[in-house]
Amino acid sequence: MIAVQDLRITFGKGTAIENKALQGVDLTVANGEFVTVIGSNGAGKSTLMNCLTGELIADSGSIVIGDQEVSRWNAAKRSRLVSRVFQDPLAGTCENLTIEENLALAHSRGTNRGFGRAINNYKRELFRERLSRLRLGLESRLEDKMGLLSGGQRQAVSLIMATLQPTKTLLLDEHTAALDPRMQAFVLELTHDLVEEEGMTTLMITHSMGQALQFGSRTVMLHEGQVVLDVSGQERSKMTIHDLVDMFAKVRGEQLDSDSLLLG
Amino acid sequence: MNIVSLMGAVELGLIFGLIALAVFLSFRVLDFPDLTIDGSFPLGAAVCATMIIGGSSPLLATLVAFIAGGIAGLVTAFLHLRFKIMNLLASILTMIALYSINLRIMGRPNLALITEDTILTPFLGLDIKMYLLKPLVAGVIVLVVALIVARFLNSDYGLSMRATGANQKMARAQGIDTNRTTYVGMALSNALVGLAGALFAQMNGFADITIGTGTIVIGLAALIAGEALFSTRGMLLAVLACIFGSVVYRLAIAFALKADAIGLQSSDLNLVTAVLVVIALVLPGAKNPLKNLMKRGK
Repeated sequence: MIAVQDLRITFGKGTAIENKALQGVDLTVANGEFVTVIGSNGAGKSTLMNCLTGELIADSGSIVIGDQEVSRWNAAKRSRLVSRVFQDPLAGTCENLTIEENLALAHSRGTNRGFGRAINNYKRELFRERLSRLRLGLESRLEDKMGLLSGGQRQAVSLIMATLQPTKTLLLDEHTAALDPRMQAFVLELTHDLVEEEGMTTLMITHSMGQALQFGSRTVMLHEGQVVLDVSGQERSKMTIHDLVDMFAKVRGEQLDSDSLLLG
Repeated sequence: MNIVSLMGAVELGLIFGLIALAVFLSFRVLDFPDLTIDGSFPLGAAVCATMIIGGSSPLLATLVAFIAGGIAGLVTAFLHLRFKIMNLLASILTMIALYSINLRIMGRPNLALITEDTILTPFLGLDIKMYLLKPLVAGVIVLVVALIVARFLNSDYGLSMRATGANQKMARAQGIDTNRTTYVGMALSNALVGLAGALFAQMNGFADITIGTGTIVIGLAALIAGEALFSTRGMLLAVLACIFGSVVYRLAIAFALKADAIGLQSSDLNLVTAVLVVIALVLPGAKNPLKNLMKRGK
């Protein structure tokens, strides 16, 4: 479960470039729920994600993951509860390490890293089995450097890495945005299957209205650091991309109106 | 060139192999350009020589030199991590401070160890000539240390340290406390340098305040030589390449200095090294390891 309450963060407080990125976000995601998050640039999607993972510490508000209040935990500590796939394929993996070393890093997430060998036959076998489901032939390239893989392959491996340890929460930050359409479809399908299998509580940021409705069971829209739309169930299943785009425009339009009121 | 100076070059190369290993750990593994080395090398020598003259056993003195070097590395890491001082500058500050500290430890700029017991003393009974014994003892110590370091880098913890240098954000997302791995890595790196200083002092029979000058550049040169000449696929090979690169580099320098035709003298070493490193930096070619190294620096 993820429960976010009145989360606020301001960048550059008191300066000319002050930016109230989150202005009181409230969001509760039940166990096993798959929520897609949309919103325009600067709406606070990535900031919310960074607050959840601990890359950023919010100014105020509370974050509960599972049954732990984590808002003061650092990223390393939260990694026991949360796994994450980044937007940039280069960010989520180490290109200078081999595929198996990257997987080994993820395999030891949330454990005490000791002086046992990072790679052993047991782990190799596990990695091979996990990679083989990708059907990308990566299981025979364990000792290749990560940097040799394409962006799509790296994101696929990132997903495998995110599900190696039984964390219950998965955060996806536009993880297909940098991929070509074919690879996008592949990674999304893989995401869907993995989330389904592991029953993970998932938050997926996306720029695509289509993806937002197609995947998961609930869609949330952020605007100016607040949740402005939250649809699920019947209402959502009847919704078309067109409806969503309309709502998107409406939210932004209302903003325009209030701006013009202010200016008028 | 005679056998004595040849073996002398090998011995120096082995000791500086530890420096190359330290440079590998800080520059390559942690992506932390660390100049503390110029101070922690004489620190190791100073601590070791002072303790031996004070009556400590050479083994204990060497161990304390190792620890002292590690503390120097911790100070640099602390300045960088705690106070956000740029890593290069943090290491220069520690290095400068160490100059005064080293003088305090020794009480004067130079200490002689010729008449004292050293780690070589137990082996003097063996019928081995001194010029062979020194590289032999240095070789055994350095190889054992190198194997331990390689094994460490292949462990779960070592891997998390490598991830820290390769991609900090990813490392944190995988639950790695990147501050802690940086502390450990910097301590280990400079502890190796402290050990090298202690070995240097005992093998050469003196500790001197000036022996640190240019240590970092020699370490870099050895690292470049190692990576250019040997395969670095896998941690064990990369670590051994540091040691062998250092020996090859020392031999090359020794030959260059001996060749009358070139007209160099031993005091030209630092100039020659600096010129070589500059050449390595500006040489075109994608396989230029140093270029990468310098570009990756933040």
